Amino acid sequence: MGRLRTITRRTFLIGSAAVAGGVVFGTYLAKRPIKNPLLADLQEGEAAITPYVKIDATGVTLITPRADKGQGAYTMQARLIAEELDIDPANANLTPGMPGPAYYNGAVMEEGVPFPAYDQSAMAENVRKFMHVPAKLFAMQMTGGSSTVPDGFVKMRMAGAIARETLKETAAQQNGVARDQLNTEDGYVVLPNGTRIPYTELASAAATIEPITDVQLRPKSDWRFLGKPTQRLDMPAKCTGTEKYGIDLTIEGMVHAAVRANPGIGAELKSFDAAAAESMRGVQKVLPIKNGVAVIADNTWRAWRAANAIDITWAAGPYPASTDEIFKQIEQVVDSEEHRDHRQRDEGDVKAALDDGDIFEAVYKVPYLAHAPMEPMNAIVLVTDEQCEIWTGTQIPLFVRDHAAELTGLDKDKVFVYVQPMGGSFGHKLEDTHVIQAVEIAMAIKGTAVKLVWSREEDMTHDYLRPGAIAKGRGKVVDGKVDTLDLSVGQSALMADWFGRLMGITIPGPDATITTGSWDQPFAIPNYRVTGYRAPTMVPISSWRSVGASGNGFFHDSLLDELIHKAGADPLAERIRLCLDDTSRKVLEKVGEISDWDGPSLGENRGRGVSFCLSFGVPCAIVTEVTHTEGRIKIDKVFVVVDVGEVLDPVNLEAQVFGGVIFGMAHAMNCETTFENHGAQQNNYHAFRGMRLYQVPEFEVVALSNAKKIRGIGEPGVPPSAPSLGNAIFAATGQRIRELPFNKQIDFV
Amino acid sequence: MEITVNDNAYTIDVEPEMPLLWVLRDELGITGPKYGCGIAQCGACTVHVNGYAMRSCQLAVGDLGNREVRTIEGLGTPDSMHIVQEAWIEHQVAQCGYCQSGQIMQAASLLSTNPNPSDEQIDAAMSGNLCRCGTYPRIRTAVKAAAKKLQGS
Repeated sequence: MGRLRTITRRTFLIGSAAVAGGVVFGTYLAKRPIKNPLLADLQEGEAAITPYVKIDATGVTLITPRADKGQGAYTMQARLIAEELDIDPANANLTPGMPGPAYYNGAVMEEGVPFPAYDQSAMAENVRKFMHVPAKLFAMQMTGGSSTVPDGFVKMRMAGAIARETLKETAAQQNGVARDQLNTEDGYVVLPNGTRIPYTELASAAATIEPITDVQLRPKSDWRFLGKPTQRLDMPAKCTGTEKYGIDLTIEGMVHAAVRANPGIGAELKSFDAAAAESMRGVQKVLPIKNGVAVIADNTWRAWRAANAIDITWAAGPYPASTDEIFKQIEQVVDSEEHRDHRQRDEGDVKAALDDGDIFEAVYKVPYLAHAPMEPMNAIVLVTDEQCEIWTGTQIPLFVRDHAAELTGLDKDKVFVYVQPMGGSFGHKLEDTHVIQAVEIAMAIKGTAVKLVWSREEDMTHDYLRPGAIAKGRGKVVDGKVDTLDLSVGQSALMADWFGRLMGITIPGPDATITTGSWDQPFAIPNYRVTGYRAPTMVPISSWRSVGASGNGFFHDSLLDELIHKAGADPLAERIRLCLDDTSRKVLEKVGEISDWDGPSLGENRGRGVSFCLSFGVPCAIVTEVTHTEGRIKIDKVFVVVDVGEVLDPVNLEAQVFGGVIFGMAHAMNCETTFENHGAQQNNYHAFRGMRLYQVPEFEVVALSNAKKIRGIGEPGVPPSAPSLGNAIFAATGQRIRELPFNKQIDFV
Repeated sequence: MEITVNDNAYTIDVEPEMPLLWVLRDELGITGPKYGCGIAQCGACTVHVNGYAMRSCQLAVGDLGNREVRTIEGLGTPDSMHIVQEAWIEHQVAQCGYCQSGQIMQAASLLSTNPNPSDEQIDAAMSGNLCRCGTYPRIRTAVKAAAKKLQGS
């Protein structure tokens, strides 16, 4: 395993380089220099640095390459660097920097390994480390998979520490004192005599010395920012309307564009008549684009209005026309050996156990779902004969760059992607169809920037959705205990679909997302089997906050809850008894404690449900209390316990947890995307309501720190939220609902 | 056509049916009010018209008459925030932040007419404003905190 160790060490090799008037510190890829656009003005050989810190006479800049979709990634990345650099991040400049392959995300690929997260054996850990290699090779500068913290926790603090010690060494040499006699304080090196030298004054000289790389990270007890309740750096802008999202940007001389693409996603435009649109005020041009029509006008609203006035004939969509037909295909693959994709869990003898006795069987179903972030897809693009510039909120800047290069025929290093803050994403901005449409439009008006904004209707009917899925559950109880749990999950393969769009290749082999969140749960059940069955690719699908676990969390925990009830056991006590992982068990115990699970019953028409899902390495347990009142369900209170190993920002962690639970419950209550005539039927929020303030329960969130590894928290609240609500509805009403959204079978307040 | 936004008078040459939202965003460059749905289902575009919260995506600019418009930019600034904005910061409400201009304008309008709203009144006033990140628990806390401050002042 020597080679693996070398690769890991190389990952954290950090160095410095000179830039005009200053110095940068960052990841240094010694073996294979990867070209870095931020340092394009550097000499050959020096460009091997991917900066996290830049210091020059004008100030300190912290570079935060993971995109902020609302989860607080910019603030977190800035604090990781600043903690070691010893500067208040509020006094530094923040920039996502220019995308570069060296900002690859190793941690995000770790999720793909065939080991459950609670398995931290040497073999599992080595395979996880090995996943950083394809991440690097594919230049996976990607934001997702709750990976920003696990990926950056060491690397970004190291960059800060190396910068700090190198600045100290510079001051030490200039003043003839030993480095260990110096201190730092909020952007200054402090000499023994109390003289304070600003980092900005040391920057140029710091670039000329060997960086000090033999550094120790500060112990937790010395942390000033991390682990403390602090304020997000973007909060004032977001509360005063001054945060500039991609949709708010203006480029000199810019025009506005609208598109209407085939509602049968991916199918062609047959013909169109734009006579009426072309004569409308402000309309400059109507042009066919791939799979649709674009309008260029002098204002967003005028462009949309004209687009709606175009008479279009579409080719039929390349997948079954209706939701019923789509689900029929999914239903057919479940338990069909021919379509078996993988079976990563098979313990005991399920077949024998299910051969006799009182066998429980049930079928569960989750719908396709749109991402529907508040900010619709948008991009500004300026194409000239020499280059292509793109301003957009995206989780995949390098894929955007590559796709734009391919379409324009420009070299990749002539395509510049300026990543903007995002008004939500939930995985939506892991796709770039809208950007490529904008590039196509911009190519028709070279030299003029064009801003394309999808209308809400265009956005919700051209989303790459969370896949719908069907699961068949079987099981048996013996002597009041769960004895057998067998779950068969069928759905299309989302990773294959997504990679196909991003890279133009299909990844052979099984697609783990079909059973992520069900096969990998930390329970010991005597006969325990989870099998994934692969449905054909139909409507295009993608990652949706918590990815495979979003549906599997519901399937697995609902089935487990039913079996526990059948056994006559206590839902929490039986989950605890079955749990084989200490960290997870403590999470379950804690949620029992804070919800007073063993306390007095809630009373008539009320009920509580418990649920559990381990996803992205984070065990999350939820207790939900509901009241059944006049035929409607009211969610009263929700208790959530998670374990992320180390809480770096307790205020934001709480927000991500209750936000994730609300996201999961909102969709479970009343959201689905259905198809008719190949088109998505829910095209705006009236038909995709989610949760509103009057429906929002009280929350109590507790984060434990027993886990050995640090984890991200953007997603783990989502998977257990739907089953927790379903289990609570069952407790209050006796009605077990096995299909989402719940409001098909029960009303909510 | 003349309109007054944040105490500034503007002369605009647009169709009277153009929604106020797009006049603000694309004609005047005032981008605090956000586009979310275009059909008054999300509240991201909420502004004050003569002090009352309105969905600017549904108000044709020709119907504005001589009523005055206030956007979040005119409610308070980073250096001089409105009491509701201060409460939003104190309770760290925003995540992606895209809906928060509308949430804050809605809350400010509620508190200007009812400085001491009950839980039910807060729910009723704020439930037309969608937040996809799920910041609601802190919205509720911040509205109450702002109300409390208003009582004290």
